[in-house]
Amino acid sequence: MTEHSAYTPYHPRWHRTRVSTYWWLGRGSYFLFILRELSSLAVAWFVIDLLVLVSAIAKGDAAYQQFLDWSGHPFVLALNIVSFAFVTLHAVTWFNLAPQAMVVKVAGKRVPGALIAGSNYAALAVVSLVILALLLTRW
Amino acid sequence: MYIRRPIEPFLWLLFSAGGVMAALFIPATLFLFGVAFPLGWLTPPPYDRLLAIVGYPLTRVLLFGLCSLSLFHGAHRFRYTLYDGLQIKHLNEVINSICYGGAVVGTLVAAYLLWIVP
Repeated sequence: MTEHSAYTPYHPRWHRTRVSTYWWLGRGSYFLFILRELSSLAVAWFVIDLLVLVSAIAKGDAAYQQFLDWSGHPFVLALNIVSFAFVTLHAVTWFNLAPQAMVVKVAGKRVPGALIAGSNYAALAVVSLVILALLLTRW
Repeated sequence: MYIRRPIEPFLWLLFSAGGVMAALFIPATLFLFGVAFPLGWLTPPPYDRLLAIVGYPLTRVLLFGLCSLSLFHGAHRFRYTLYDGLQIKHLNEVINSICYGGAVVGTLVAAYLLWIVP
């Protein structure tokens, strides 16, 4: 690994052209890559938001109503809408990459990528429906 | 000096597990609590119902796994974003402590909060 080459002071230096800090602005696919990587911040924000909700649930009904009011604050709402877009980007790119990440073989034959991605989307649909049913139905 | 990091494969494992959890569970939850409820598109569940859902043992375990793994996923990914995007590899130790340290703190907070839910 080149970054570990500093172990000898007489090691020859590689010639490397300097890459601009803004290299990812040069091409659409690079920019999309950085957006995808930045989805990590949206994920972190979601966990904070979720833990604020759990904390409110632990405190009682009044705190829960406060959480709902707080969620309607323009700044929080904007942050959540942007985060939702980023998290969707994460989910789509994650599922589309799944066939490359895992090679599944059935009876010695490789399962086609579309099937692996498809089953991931099916899982997303099932989980989403369960969440919607749990939180929206009344009985 | 070359430092071996046997922890790296484990961090990639957490990254993958968290990536799956985040991709499966966050979109619907964030859509409801972050967008649909505040905008009045849908009615949020009453307190008692939500308490019953979150208080259920399996939900607690799931939520804990979601919080912790998602945080480690995010920490790992954000660390590499700073490496590649901003090329600030020289701040290695600082970035690692902030990213993974944050994930550890978040995990502890999640465990505590999910524990005290009645």
